[in-house]
Amino acid sequence: MHSLTDPKKATIGILGAGKVGTVLARLAIAAGYPVLIASSRPPAAIELTIDVLAHGAGATTASDAAGRADIVILALPLGKAVPLDGVETLPVDQLRGKIVIDAMNYWWEVDGVRPDLTGDDVTTSELVAAALPGSRLVKAFNHMGYHDLDEGARPTGDPDRKAIALSGDDVAANDVVADLIDSLGFDAVDLGLLVEGAVLQPGRELFGANLGAAEIRDVVEQAAA
Amino acid sequence: MADIEFGLDTFGDIPQTDTGELASHAQAIRHVVAEAVLADQLGIEVFAVGEHHRPEYAISSPETVLAGIATQTERIRLSSGVTVLSSDDPVRVFQRFATVDALSNGRAEVILGRGSFTESFPLFGYDMNDYDTLFEEKIELFSRLLTERPVSWSGTTRAALHDADVFPKTESGHLSTWVGVGGSPQSVVRTAQYGFPLMLAIIGGSPERFAPYADLYRRAAEQFGTTAHPIGMHSPGFIARTDDEAKEIFFPHYKVMRDRIGALRGWPPVTRAEFENEVAHGSMYVGSPETVARRMASAIATLGAGRFDLIYSAGTTPMSDRMRAVELYGTEVVPLVRDILA
Ligand SMILES: NC(=O)c1ccc[n+]([C@@H]2O[C@H](COP(=O)([O-])OP(=O)(O)OC[C@H]3O[C@@H](n4cnc5c(N)ncnc54)[C@H](OP(=O)(O)O)[C@@H]3O)[C@@H](O)[C@H]2O)c1
Repeated sequence: MHSLTDPKKATIGILGAGKVGTVLARLAIAAGYPVLIASSRPPAAIELTIDVLAHGAGATTASDAAGRADIVILALPLGKAVPLDGVETLPVDQLRGKIVIDAMNYWWEVDGVRPDLTGDDVTTSELVAAALPGSRLVKAFNHMGYHDLDEGARPTGDPDRKAIALSGDDVAANDVVADLIDSLGFDAVDLGLLVEGAVLQPGRELFGANLGAAEIRDVVEQAAA
Repeated sequence: MADIEFGLDTFGDIPQTDTGELASHAQAIRHVVAEAVLADQLGIEVFAVGEHHRPEYAISSPETVLAGIATQTERIRLSSGVTVLSSDDPVRVFQRFATVDALSNGRAEVILGRGSFTESFPLFGYDMNDYDTLFEEKIELFSRLLTERPVSWSGTTRAALHDADVFPKTESGHLSTWVGVGGSPQSVVRTAQYGFPLMLAIIGGSPERFAPYADLYRRAAEQFGTTAHPIGMHSPGFIARTDDEAKEIFFPHYKVMRDRIGALRGWPPVTRAEFENEVAHGSMYVGSPETVARRMASAIATLGAGRFDLIYSAGTTPMSDRMRAVELYGTEVVPLVRDILA
């Protein structure tokens, strides 16, 4: 499994070339990974943006990025990934069997009023997992603002290092994602099952958190108490 | 870095009056006009007012406020910051700003944007699902209206125009127009595509982080064969005599506003530590004139910016403190920044 986070072997695919997608692409390139990135438009529409903001990443289509990458990060609007009309917008087949990182949040200002995405009893990542049968879904990178993510990368052991919390039902996939988080410059805090990621959602205790690993664990403990 | 321009920007936040009550919307608007008049007297170059449709902010119709300011000022440029073009009619936006341009002897300026709030969509009957299309079509139409010649246009977001001539014409034949952008790379590229100047809204994190966006703007302009204008930036801040005084006055009023908006977006309340960190390293220019000037100069130099607008009015900050911040900005901060950058 470990080879999946070896920069020489693993390719990172990113769906979404906006604020978060380009920051994650930049971090992954800096860590030595090959990166493929896509929006919903033809690759030419994002080529210049990628060349300037994430130099070295390959601009391509979503299905190509999903097909060729080993780990795929979802950094598009949640409402686009899980559309109301049920039309498939994600390359579901290409994502089958792969580790897919869900960095998305329900954001009513972008996604509109979507009661189906805001139920108290289910996290949005569980809905994403249901929309991606056969993918090994891990929730991560959703809680930190993109500018904190951009500025926060630090080497392992740096006292100022910030942490990214993750959750997922596939333990081995969680471990791979934890390694990836570490190579991108953050401590990883594994919260356990996907459902535990509820605390990372908008309106909950860890949303927006730009904290170290110990502080994140404290907040989780207090939230559970 | 010879001609950097300095501006002030407000959304017409509802301030406290000197007796500690919240001002009415009407009082808040009149106070903004008074601040603009002072800014004009102090030689500040631009005064910008932003459109919002929320109870905390009195300004929903920037150009009406600018019209009021226009007849009481001499030199200051009068700008929106921003005009939410997606939920407006480009023809009316042009007409209203051309009217302000007439009233002000050519000092009107539009900053087009998508806005950081979405209340205007349901209010004016637009669907958030059309967010991208609305802006894309309307900026295209607006750019054609700026030629001040008859326009023929058709699209999905408003009635078609057939050889429509739009009045009043401006005296200069050119209504100054910028595009305000948050963090979306696609918006930066689009701004360059139309050859509009770019105003970066930098409201959190270190300003250096936006250097790649400035780069992207220049590279895109090169690719499209348009002009890359000097970049503008706008960021929040507040000025008092000392750093401590500025922070003590500003923080509680800022926190009320930030937490109310944060709650809508699912953020926990802002802590004093986060605020201090943003003031020390991020994009909040809060402090004494010296401190604010030093941080502004460094941000301007880092981005190679040609214009800096300070959003000086966050939250319920009392009227007299705001007025003093305007005064300190004009009399001390701006000259200091110019000195540092000279
Ligand atoms: N902003 C933050 O600080 C932050 C932090 C953590 C997590 N998030 C989450 O991350 C996600 C992205 O946010 P953002 O701020 O980066 O938004 P953004 O700047 O609007 O970027 C969204 C990107 O997704 C692309 N996209 C749309 N539909 C797509 C599709 N079907 N397939 C592939 N790409 C598609 C968009 O390009 P086209 O429309 O051109 O296709 C755009 O490049 C959201 O779910 C958000 O909640 C945001």
